[in-house]
Amino acid sequence: MASLDRVKVLVLGDSGVGKSSLVHLLCQNQVLGNPSWTVGCSVDVRAQDYKEGTPEEKTYYIELWDVGGSVGCASSIKSTRAVFYNSVNGIILVHDLTNKKSSQNLYRWSLEALNKDSSPTGVIVSNGSDYDREQFAENPVPLLLIGTKFDQIPDNKRNEVLTRTAFLSEDFNAEEINLDCTNPRYLAAGTSNAVKLSRFFDKVRVQRREVIYSIPLEIDPTVITACKGNIVYSVNIICIIIWCSSLAQIKVILREEQYCLF
Amino acid sequence: MSFLVDSVIMFTSQVLFFGFGWLFFMRQLFKDYEVRQYVVQVVFSVTFAFSCTMFELIIFEILGALSSNSRYFHWKLNLYVILLVLIFVVPFYIGYFVVSNIRLLQRQKLLFACMVWFTFMYFFWKLGDPFPILSPKHGILSIEQLISRVGVIGVTLMALLSGFGAVNCPYTYMSYFLRNVTDSDILALERRLLQTMDMIISKKKRIAMTRRQMYQRGEDQNKQTGFWGMIKSVTSTQTGSENLSLIQQEVDALEELSRQLFLETVDLQATKERIEYSKTFQGKYFNFLGYFFSIYCVWKIFMVKFWSQHISFILVGIIIVTSIRGLLITLTKFFYAISSSKSSNVIVLVLAQIMGMYFVSSVLLMRMSMPLEYRSIVTEVLGELQFNFYHRWFDVIFLVSALSSILFLYLAHKQAPEKHMAL
Repeated sequence: MASLDRVKVLVLGDSGVGKSSLVHLLCQNQVLGNPSWTVGCSVDVRAQDYKEGTPEEKTYYIELWDVGGSVGCASSIKSTRAVFYNSVNGIILVHDLTNKKSSQNLYRWSLEALNKDSSPTGVIVSNGSDYDREQFAENPVPLLLIGTKFDQIPDNKRNEVLTRTAFLSEDFNAEEINLDCTNPRYLAAGTSNAVKLSRFFDKVRVQRREVIYSIPLEIDPTVITACKGNIVYSVNIICIIIWCSSLAQIKVILREEQYCLF
Repeated sequence: MSFLVDSVIMFTSQVLFFGFGWLFFMRQLFKDYEVRQYVVQVVFSVTFAFSCTMFELIIFEILGALSSNSRYFHWKLNLYVILLVLIFVVPFYIGYFVVSNIRLLQRQKLLFACMVWFTFMYFFWKLGDPFPILSPKHGILSIEQLISRVGVIGVTLMALLSGFGAVNCPYTYMSYFLRNVTDSDILALERRLLQTMDMIISKKKRIAMTRRQMYQRGEDQNKQTGFWGMIKSVTSTQTGSENLSLIQQEVDALEELSRQLFLETVDLQATKERIEYSKTFQGKYFNFLGYFFSIYCVWKIFMVKFWSQHISFILVGIIIVTSIRGLLITLTKFFYAISSSKSSNVIVLVLAQIMGMYFVSSVLLMRMSMPLEYRSIVTEVLGELQFNFYHRWFDVIFLVSALSSILFLYLAHKQAPEKHMAL
């Protein structure tokens, strides 16, 4: 039953791009003081308000799963990582704006997460080919592209980097945000980045509800047995109540008859 | 005239080796990283090129190619350059990149790098004291002093690596040692891992909800004025934050547990893949090769020494090629295992240093495999080093390394099945 309330978003990217700092910034609204190596997967939750200010206001808790590692690692690590990719509602792809290879590796990351069965040697996909665009155009899982270390780009290279990331976001059919994880003002309320972020989380939530309502047949069998148990239990209670009340009624009638007899 | 021709040949081969080192660096070592400091790539390729040139000179020595004068000249030149690179250039750059990774010392990078280099030189010099390599005939900065120290470090490294490799290789591939891992073991561990993640998530949700409520209540409470209002607000937030710190401690413990479970799962997956590999054709082939080479080594020990030019050339050639290939493969694996985007430069330079010292000491040790008439050039060039000392030192360190890796692997092997019994 708990799976109906869960919104799961993966945070993927090469090691050292700043995924842990980003997740800490998104969830705790604070800058991470001592970033250290992520072993396995670290999770954090973000409280997202839906329809704020209206009477239907609700708070959703979005789980951000920060999966550590690199694309070119051993196949034993890859098969263990695949455990975290189940029932994903959204993916945030993180790349380092000062490192071109981390942007190129995002294709392999997204394929690994969406396919869950890429070969250990990795499929090297070149950027901009039609094959990629079609695959990502019909992809039901919403993607968001975040570029980190924005402040470390020298001014003369800024345009070049921004055009490159624009191509990347077109390939993934996703929005892009460029920020610096050590400065919370990039995600301050009211900025275009904050708007893009909340739009992405809304898309994720909407997509989760579509998934739930479109697959009625794939209910967890334990849920069914639990429901059955509940139904049987309640039916039993009702029967006992009816029986007791009918007993009581019979007693009353008998007593009345007794009185009648007299 | 012949000197000029020989120099051209040597130079061309050096350029070829340089190109090969460059390609290896780009395609293999740094294929997941972006090369921002080309200095690192140049230094690595130069070290590789000059190390390979030394081996090439040994082969030319055996074959009798080129004139002996030019060979002698190129030996000296090569040796000077390699020592310059290994003792001055590479350690300085290692210090420079280590310092630039540390945020505190960003201001005076060059100064701190020089300090690191002087420390390295001090310890490098002190290394020579306990060993019988100081002969009073030569001055302080003579080539014999430097080579002897480089030789000691390189021989120690070689012996350590060979000892560990000799024990680890059969342990890894022999099915006798492979623990039996079934799919259900892995599935059970994965399920535990996911359950732990779910528990972490639910606790973090509680923390977030409590914090939100406290924040909202805190706003309401701030409106309360007066003496009692202040005391009430203090007590209520205190219980709230105590609760929070308790849950936070539980979360920390669960996160540690999840990391442990992840690493155990990776370990089991790796063992399962090794089992599958040992059943394949390729695995059986390498197993057979391993047996073949061990028998060959044993035979070689007892072999009657009748030397001829071709046999010694082939043997030396095989030793050179396999040691270069083996070293490059080991370096690549090591690099993938421990590098990150911050430390990749430093690690590549350390690997270049190890590679240079390894090759220099290979030349020293190889002298024993060469027949007497070819040993002369090596003896002449490298001066009056005590070669027997190096061979004995190699044997001692090899034995120590092999025994300690046997002990280490035995303990690790013992510990592992007990861990899984407890599941």
